[in-house]
Amino acid sequence: MRAIKTVKGNAIPLNRADVDTDQIMPKQFLKRIERSGYGPFAFFDWKKDPTFVTNNPAYAGAPIMLAQQNFGCGSSREHAVWGLEDMGITAVIAPSFADIFRNNCSKVGLLTIQLPQEDVDYLMSRAEELPGGNIVIDVAAQTVSVEGTAWSRHFDIDPFVKHRTLNGLDDIGLTLQHADDISKFEEGRPSLKPDTSRAFTDSLKIG
Amino acid sequence: MPKTIIEKIWEQHVVRQTAGEPDLLYIDLHLVHEVTSPQAFEGLRLSNRTVRRPDLTLATVDHNVPTTDRRLPNPDPLSAQQIETLRQNTKDFGIPLWDIFDLRSGIVHIISPEEGLTQPGMTIVCGDSHTSTHGALGALAFGIGTSEVEHVLATQTLPQMPPKTMSVEVTGKLGPGVTAKDVVLAIINKIGVDGGVGHVIEYRGDVIRDLSIEGRMTVCNMTIEGGARAGLVAPDEKTIEYLKGRPYAPQGEDWDKAVEAWKSLVTDEGAKFDTYVTLKGEEIAPFVTWGTTPAQSVPVTASVPRPEDAVSAAAKETAERALVYMDLQAGTPITKVSIDRVFIGSCTNGRIEDLRAAANVVKGKHVASTVRAMVVPGSGLVKQQAEKEGLDQVFKDAGFEWREPGCSMCLGMNPDILLPGERAASTSNRNFEGRQGAGGRTHLVSPEMAAAAAVEGHFVDIRGYK
Ligand code: SF4
Repeated sequence: MRAIKTVKGNAIPLNRADVDTDQIMPKQFLKRIERSGYGPFAFFDWKKDPTFVTNNPAYAGAPIMLAQQNFGCGSSREHAVWGLEDMGITAVIAPSFADIFRNNCSKVGLLTIQLPQEDVDYLMSRAEELPGGNIVIDVAAQTVSVEGTAWSRHFDIDPFVKHRTLNGLDDIGLTLQHADDISKFEEGRPSLKPDTSRAFTDSLKIG
Repeated sequence: MPKTIIEKIWEQHVVRQTAGEPDLLYIDLHLVHEVTSPQAFEGLRLSNRTVRRPDLTLATVDHNVPTTDRRLPNPDPLSAQQIETLRQNTKDFGIPLWDIFDLRSGIVHIISPEEGLTQPGMTIVCGDSHTSTHGALGALAFGIGTSEVEHVLATQTLPQMPPKTMSVEVTGKLGPGVTAKDVVLAIINKIGVDGGVGHVIEYRGDVIRDLSIEGRMTVCNMTIEGGARAGLVAPDEKTIEYLKGRPYAPQGEDWDKAVEAWKSLVTDEGAKFDTYVTLKGEEIAPFVTWGTTPAQSVPVTASVPRPEDAVSAAAKETAERALVYMDLQAGTPITKVSIDRVFIGSCTNGRIEDLRAAANVVKGKHVASTVRAMVVPGSGLVKQQAEKEGLDQVFKDAGFEWREPGCSMCLGMNPDILLPGERAASTSNRNFEGRQGAGGRTHLVSPEMAAAAAVEGHFVDIRGYK
């Protein structure tokens, strides 16, 4: 995954709660087998409304998205994260996130920053007022600030996710360093647990 | 120290624990389907990695498959390509696949319990958020994203932070006509769509104990709709009875040993949960969702709520948006809402007991002339069993379409979709905007309520419906 140290730029104010991943990436685009190119499909149905916020050219290329609580709820589709990533979003700031979405972001290299409601509301109202000015996110310092002002807030990030994000480390590679531990665990696994290898040969064909 | 069942299962699967890092958790079973796996296999190829434990992995096709005659070519070339990609990937990496002509294929969360692959105390993952379904048998089961799918394929483990625990207790007894679906809709209504974030839920109490294993699957299935990644029910005699004799359940001496191990999987007296929620079974009515989140629901006897009555400004705004999308007026009695389509199926309510319950309601009746209704069994085996019992004939005589198994109109990745503006009574789990087709409007209900709505053309209270 890519390394992220700082993010600087304006923010897209998506002032809605419970934005689900069906909205971020509708089902018809999940048929693709590629990993890239999802940006144009993000918020596909909402974008049909010309007043929808991502249609406003003032926000073109913004690296940050602001949203309300429980962002990314619903389906586990990582395609939602790929869509945001491909749109150029590097960080989403919201009062809360859905678990699977947040996890997916941490694997892809997209920051999810949780701030108290009043801080999100403040940033949201600034971003809605154009020109919104730059927001600066410093991952190492764990701060979100507004350029040219004294406004700055601390954010929490899991130390391990922080380490991986700053260094762009591949999660699988890290786990494979512990292959011996995995093998050892496997030796002690109860033999009663089911295995699927039989499924190759015991097929039950339809009539 | 007394422990919850969640902590017990967790501890049994920790491969490695280090301060400042997530626990490395071993995965007993990885279920794979066509939609969330292509990029994971691609990732393996790009980094020259193999699948560590193909023998703990099983693939099937469900999301994309047409529910019409399987022998005909797939009408959608992109879906066909995705299915073909899974065939190639499973072949290249040595993973067993239950393909569309295998009787045991079907919705991934239905087929694994059905074959006895889902067992108490296991860790189960799948690139699908409704993996929580498997918790009904006492497994710790949760949905993951595609990067995590790749991680599990390569290492059979996942780095995970220990979750918070939540006890959801449903006490007392359910009234007649009130089902597992209503129980879970009531729970989500109470805790909200993000009430369970960061938690794993243990469902407890007499109402949960009284539910069949399939009913428990319905409850666990919608755990994610309340924000929690996993929810489970501790194994009991019903669990053991359910598993006995299933093809992948332990046999002979192994069976006795396994049963003994399963019996220790209970929350100890005095163990503490991080969060407690209690509901009274007697107070739960058949529920109908009116909005665009699964928490926006009311008892069938109520009316569409007024946004002004919402608890917060944000909830008011969400409710206003939902009413516009759903084209509903606040104050309209739910029983006055008419529908165009009915969908009975999905991993929430596509099992044999669901079909029996719905067939029981429609037997000798006919679908209203204004309604198009379909039944999509959750798996090939569910379909076969239903046909053995003559349920297919009951549905067909009543004017329902009887389809081949799959996810179908639950998410409409195949041609089974709502047209813009169409309103559906659906036994599935998500009423998000456009979920069942762009511009479509979904009301989530139990199979009985969906069946009665199909006959009457509008919602009716199933209690006292003859
Ligand atoms: S039936 Fe619906 S919710 Fe269940 S796995 Fe299929 S698409 Fe997902």
